[in-house]
Amino acid sequence: MFSKPSPARVLSCGQPEPRWRPGLNAQPFHSEIFAPAGEASGAGLALALARDALAAVSGEGEDTRQVMWVQDRATIRQGGRPCLAGLPQDLAHRLIHVAAATPEDALFALEEGLKCRDLACVIGEIAGNPRALSFTASRRLSLAAERHGVRLWLVRLDAAPDLSSARMRWSARAAPSAPGRWDAAAPGPATWQAELFRARSHAPGQWSLCDDAGTLRLAGDPDLAQPMESGAAPDLVHLARPTVGRSLAARVHA
Amino acid sequence: MSIWLVRLSVDRWRRASTPEADRAPTALILETAHGPRITAANDAGLAAGARAGMLLADARALCPDLAAVPADPAGDLAALEKLAVWAQRWGPWSALDPPDSLLVDVTGTAHLFGGEERLLADVAAAFARAGLTARPALAPTAGAAWALSHYGRGGAIIPPLQGRGTTEGGGGASDRDPKAGLSGQRRSPLHPDPAGRGPPPRAGEDMLRLLADLPVAALRLDDDVLTALRRLGIKRMGELAGVGGAGEDDADREAAARDALRRRFRNRHSPAANPLLRLDQLLGKVPEPLLPVIARAMPLVQRRLMEPLRHRTPLDTVLADLAADMVRVLEARGHGARRLELALWRVDGEVLQRRIELAAATREAAHITRLFAARLDDIDAGFGIEMVQLRASWSEPLHLAQADLDAAAEDHGTALAACIDRLGVRLGPRAVTRPVARASHIPERAQSWQPPLEPVPASQHPLAFHARPLKLLDRPEPIAVLHAAPDGVPQRFRWRGQVREVARVEGPERIAPEWWRERSTTRLRDYYRIEDAAGRRYWIYRAGLAGDGRGGVPDWFLQGLYA
Repeated sequence: MFSKPSPARVLSCGQPEPRWRPGLNAQPFHSEIFAPAGEASGAGLALALARDALAAVSGEGEDTRQVMWVQDRATIRQGGRPCLAGLPQDLAHRLIHVAAATPEDALFALEEGLKCRDLACVIGEIAGNPRALSFTASRRLSLAAERHGVRLWLVRLDAAPDLSSARMRWSARAAPSAPGRWDAAAPGPATWQAELFRARSHAPGQWSLCDDAGTLRLAGDPDLAQPMESGAAPDLVHLARPTVGRSLAARVHA
Repeated sequence: MSIWLVRLSVDRWRRASTPEADRAPTALILETAHGPRITAANDAGLAAGARAGMLLADARALCPDLAAVPADPAGDLAALEKLAVWAQRWGPWSALDPPDSLLVDVTGTAHLFGGEERLLADVAAAFARAGLTARPALAPTAGAAWALSHYGRGGAIIPPLQGRGTTEGGGGASDRDPKAGLSGQRRSPLHPDPAGRGPPPRAGEDMLRLLADLPVAALRLDDDVLTALRRLGIKRMGELAGVGGAGEDDADREAAARDALRRRFRNRHSPAANPLLRLDQLLGKVPEPLLPVIARAMPLVQRRLMEPLRHRTPLDTVLADLAADMVRVLEARGHGARRLELALWRVDGEVLQRRIELAAATREAAHITRLFAARLDDIDAGFGIEMVQLRASWSEPLHLAQADLDAAAEDHGTALAACIDRLGVRLGPRAVTRPVARASHIPERAQSWQPPLEPVPASQHPLAFHARPLKLLDRPEPIAVLHAAPDGVPQRFRWRGQVREVARVEGPERIAPEWWRERSTTRLRDYYRIEDAAGRRYWIYRAGLAGDGRGGVPDWFLQGLYA
């Protein structure tokens, strides 16, 4: 009995880049992000990484598949539920939220979500180090994700980095944001200090990442002509039309 | 077409009893607060003087050997419902008209029976074969057909308003002569023959003129309205509508009568209490919604077991068999199940019920088995289970589709609906939801949660300059302001036992309470986006203003967490 090779083996055959950067083609199927519970940096970075991966993997055409977001009760109590108006525009209408009572139920929901062919990706949030989330459980998640080709980002709130089979393990916390373009005293776009402390194909390292209008970028990237072009912050640069090198009066005469 | 089953309860009793019993005077009685009261009587009973509405004691005074039989209104209604389905042999659509009438839509079907007269003759003959006295009548509207069947004299057919040639109304009546005579002796409101009965109805003639001679009771009005009309001296529909019996045409009189009716019954909104509304329904000027009778059986499969089951493994086998049977039943109908109920009969008389609801119509035996298997863990078989029944109490049309080839589900994963079903069975139906926008400015009201596969209601696009947090706390948490800037914004606050220094602030964004919904003492909210020294971004608000007269010093709350 033959079986086709899993998508993980097909996709990861390119030569690995030694250093991670946003927008890579080879994206892991199972990542973990450790974050403090009193901030939304873990979920924010998970969403940004997921969008980065989906944009890199998918071709043209709008992705209409659903995204599943699983939370257990402790994470809902500590960090709240997703807010529709605060989600990225292209995800807000295709989010399915699962509120599980216990970590066991959350793991069950995660595994069912990974087995579902109609999902774009699965995002999970589990608080602490529950007994149910053992190495065996994380290995089950990894295998399910690689078998069915659905990616998982698991956010661990206030957890110690115990044994896990996740392909990439991040540790994230919020970082002071770059000043906004119009109001230097206002909070800028979402910025995180992310440390990749275990990865199979990349060297560990630290990055300062920011969410630039829905795209994951390195904060202070010299390649960007306009860093913080328009962040999640109300930076209304697109509403004002730039008059490139010419005054409006000159345009009228032209 | 309206069919009046003139004496449904008596006919039903007669069918159940012997001819000898029918020869004796008999009355059907119903117990009331004032003693047994007669609801109907057979021919001998009517001849002996028993009338509907009489007290049994009064009737016994007239005829001492009157036999009393309890009436069965519930049985009558059930029989009427069956007859309504049966009456669909004359038309595709039928409705109940309790207590004793049926309505059948025969539009475009009369030619199948050789014309309208022969259709009515067929109806009368079919009901006579069934031992039921029926008076059918045909008219363009349900109201007119009802009036004709109950109070019509000769012409049981009103032709459509435009089109066909003359229909001689007497044709249908002659077929039903014996029955018409029979009902005539029972029911008094059949008015005496109007002088000459006018010319036969002409094509396109006003329906009201045809019905003008019928009594006002033909409008299906309540008793108190009929009493009011009788006190006013109005007996015929023509008098009510201001139309003469035949020939005369007076638009002014008609308008005046209509106006008087509208003024008198202006605050009666139910059709049965408003003669004008009933008149318009009869003429087809106002629509009259009717509830059709549709025969629909619930898909149901069951297994009676030779030996009571006490173990889980054979029960799973039975369940798989039942699911396969159910799939076959559903497939034959082109349906998929949305709700399934499993009932297990135990030897000791207990019935155990398990119910699952599905996110989308399904017809997959393996999926059904798997969902129920998760719900059977806590079954207590006791001395054994002797019968298992599976029914689909809610099913929806589901077209045939290409089945999954070989072990496709194993290789390609499950469908979204199946995934949601599995989650719903284990985590509960409210656990899997989708956030949808709601028309409100209050952040916690601006989104609600609905089942994930239901259509999303249309909503306004969020405003681009509103920066909302990624996550909202279920309940805003109070924060203790330790030190505030001169404009009142906190410089240092404590939340969950930790002190945070505010580095950057933007705001306020004022969200006023929804005065049309909330109490007048609800305070407004001034929202601020803040970032603390470590870069954590929060959404905080001040509930109220100092000196707004709605409470003391305003409190601060933290409601959202930015990414």
